Amino acid sequence: MNRYPLWKNILIGLVLFFGLIYTLPNFYGEVPAVQVSSGKATLKLDSALAAPIEQALRDAQVPYDGLFVDANSIRVRLASTENQLRAKDAIEKRLNPDPSDPSYIVALNLLSASPTWLTAIHALPMYLGLDLRGGVHFLLEVDMPGAITKRLDATAGDLRTLLRDKDVRHAGIVREGNAIQLRFRDAAQRDAARNAILDSTRDLQLVDRDDGSTDLKLIATLTPVAQQTIRDFAIKQNITTLHNRINELGVAEPVIQQQGADRIVVQLPGVQDVAKAKDILGRTATLEVRMVDDSPGALEAALAGNVPFGTELYTERGGSPLLVRSQVVLTGDRLTDAQPGFDGQTNEPAVHLTLDAAGSRIFRDVTRENVGKRMAILLIEKGKGEVVTAPVIRSEIGGGRVQISGSMTTTEANDVALLLRAGSLAAPMEIIEERTVGPSLGADNIAKGFNSTLWGFIAIAVFMSGYYMLFGVVSVIALAANLLLLVALLSLLQATLTLPGIAAMALTLGMAIDANVLINERIREELRNGVSPQAAIHTGYDRAFDTILDSNITTLIAGIALLVFGSGPVRGFAVVHCLGILTSMFSAILISRMLVNLIYGRRRKVESLSIGQIWKPGKAS
Amino acid sequence: MEFFRIKKDIPFMRHALTFNIISFITFLLAVFFLATSGLHLSVEFTGGTLVEVTYPEAPELEPIREALDDAGYPDAQVQNFGSARDVLIRLPNRDDLDTGRVSELTMATLQSVAGPAPELRRVEFVGPQVGKELASDGAMALLLVIFGIVVYLAIRFEWRFAVSAIIANLHDVIIILGFFAFFQWEFSLPVLAAVLAVLGYSVNESVVVFDRVRETFKKRRNLSTPQVLDHAITSTISRTVITHGSTQMMVLSMLLFGGATLHYFAMALTIGILFGIYSSVLVASPLVMWLGVSREQFVKPKREKEEAVV
Repeated sequence: MNRYPLWKNILIGLVLFFGLIYTLPNFYGEVPAVQVSSGKATLKLDSALAAPIEQALRDAQVPYDGLFVDANSIRVRLASTENQLRAKDAIEKRLNPDPSDPSYIVALNLLSASPTWLTAIHALPMYLGLDLRGGVHFLLEVDMPGAITKRLDATAGDLRTLLRDKDVRHAGIVREGNAIQLRFRDAAQRDAARNAILDSTRDLQLVDRDDGSTDLKLIATLTPVAQQTIRDFAIKQNITTLHNRINELGVAEPVIQQQGADRIVVQLPGVQDVAKAKDILGRTATLEVRMVDDSPGALEAALAGNVPFGTELYTERGGSPLLVRSQVVLTGDRLTDAQPGFDGQTNEPAVHLTLDAAGSRIFRDVTRENVGKRMAILLIEKGKGEVVTAPVIRSEIGGGRVQISGSMTTTEANDVALLLRAGSLAAPMEIIEERTVGPSLGADNIAKGFNSTLWGFIAIAVFMSGYYMLFGVVSVIALAANLLLLVALLSLLQATLTLPGIAAMALTLGMAIDANVLINERIREELRNGVSPQAAIHTGYDRAFDTILDSNITTLIAGIALLVFGSGPVRGFAVVHCLGILTSMFSAILISRMLVNLIYGRRRKVESLSIGQIWKPGKAS
Repeated sequence: MEFFRIKKDIPFMRHALTFNIISFITFLLAVFFLATSGLHLSVEFTGGTLVEVTYPEAPELEPIREALDDAGYPDAQVQNFGSARDVLIRLPNRDDLDTGRVSELTMATLQSVAGPAPELRRVEFVGPQVGKELASDGAMALLLVIFGIVVYLAIRFEWRFAVSAIIANLHDVIIILGFFAFFQWEFSLPVLAAVLAVLGYSVNESVVVFDRVRETFKKRRNLSTPQVLDHAITSTISRTVITHGSTQMMVLSMLLFGGATLHYFAMALTIGILFGIYSSVLVASPLVMWLGVSREQFVKPKREKEEAVV
């Protein structure tokens, strides 16, 4: 009765075999590598790029031992850090002939040193969290009210254009809080405006308001659906923008994910220069094109502290003051590309902008109507604006190709282009959580977590083998199998392993031994009651099963609650804890039983079990 | 080798009232400390910035404090962390500061202090909005654990068992928190995880005893309820001690080798394990008795069980 059918033994053997294979990559450690990924959204990376990379390495005589192509990147494995740096230079030179406008990101990375056949079957080492490998973690919150306000400002501009096109006369359009207020002199114009607006957009709800003043008012608010769309768009746009910006940082494996309705997690493994990372992330720069108020006397009045209504005072690059109208002609949303370059005639450094269709139309109209006047291009960062340049409009500019030039160095042109190209954020963001872990602490954490688990395991192993003899050894083997399967599962799922995760691993092992203690105690008890050894094994396992199931389910309930509500370190703990409970059920019951069956099940006559001394009440010892 | 050579069932239930009074007093003490001194919550819950740096040799803390004071952080806490070479700086959130930049300014200030330059070990910045959420998420997780365990035990056993198990183990949680309040140990997210894990773990303990109680009720019809409980506890006591001993070995190893980061995590587990043994055996069982458990309640489950086996 203590024999498993062959298929069961084979099945358990197979599980252990796969466990072993998927655990293997963790033992190989890591080797230096160079990772190439696309630096532009329009540029797709494919295996065709492998040839020039190999060529570049051959030309530079850098030995490499493996080149891997996956969906988003190509990685080259190298023998030493010295070769890594040389390879990076060689590849960089080959792929990015123009360093000011890199098409590809060439970054230093680490790759698993495991053999290629393991990588081919997706047996990868565990994915280490930032607290173990070092790096920066940011949690950013998108300012959704800001996104709505911004959209309303743009809408107010659109409404002005619309009413002008439809020949509807109004007495002013302004945004007040979360609504746009349109004023009219008479009811006929208001009706005409209402019809025109309702024909052109479904995003606005219109309400009449007559509050006794001379003007008739129409109040436009965004519909809930439109607001939701704006929110969704804002977070998607910001994620895309962050992707572009982080690409410029050249981080090998960045993580950029939405969390909840209005938050974005950014993880930059290996990045130590937090200041630079924050600088690039935190640049909530948006581009705005506005007209300059050049009316005589206005600037003087503004400088005297009396800024005329509808204008704002800014300082131009170079220090001279400039009066700019509040009304926004165009925002960075309309921008599709920005490239540094040179002015065709003067050979001055310049930035070439490309606008989308709507932007091109607006730009053409504005430039046509304002020839001879100045227009200001502003970068708005954290609510503060800076006039990048304020050129004079010489002629109508159509076709959506705009050039910004004047008082810029080549570096500045590059910076401005980069900032604009990286895309403007749909809404400002704020860092609400930051976690930086230095590389030395990461290595320490791994060592500490590993040592805790190792010594705890040894202590348990010594005790169990001493106390339960052969059955103790079986329990320890089952526990080791549990660890193996847990590591294999974590590697297979590529779940993030953090220090609390390692702690959970240790704790799970400490708790998992419970199942074997229960079984062994039951078997002893049966023997004490005078049951034959074979029957004792059978009933011992049978009876213990219910208890093991119950107690594991209660532990699992706690684990799942942590998984659902936990964030950050707690989640890392919960994932390992939950997986560990599952693997421990398998190993403590099935694997230990298989071993016991193999040892005792085949014998015809078993006199005694090696489970330590069985003390029987009544027989004094 | 066998540790437990028990000839007769130990009459635990005779002292049920004593145990309950002891736990009640401990519980009240824990509540008292929680109410008077409160928990020393970590940056994760309160919001703020934490910077950990390491120096090549032990630095003087006073110049660091002064430099931070000059830099505009009079409320900075500077202390050693783990060893004399490691320094931990805590800064509360303030409305007038650009919170995103605090960590860099702190590092810059530290570098300006005379002496060897520090190496950055870690920075944690938590905005005020996150802290509140974490606290409420923690509370939600606790509620979910309680609800899940009560429902599961009520289905698997009986509502009396469910209620006693959860009361006994919540009493553990309060006592762990009481320890943290009394010693003013830092209560961080990993500690919260440890507390919840302990909750699930010590319910185990009650489950094992209850399993025995159910079995004994079915098998031995001549015993009274307290005798059944005594028998169940006595026959599982060896397993209880060995299991918890093994888990504690692991936790002890974490306490010894895990470093400062895992220290309080392991501490919470240690207290949880020790009180878990006590409460699930000596608090939960008397509670089951007071709640009036009796053999009749297991007539039905017995039939079901037999069918299940067939």
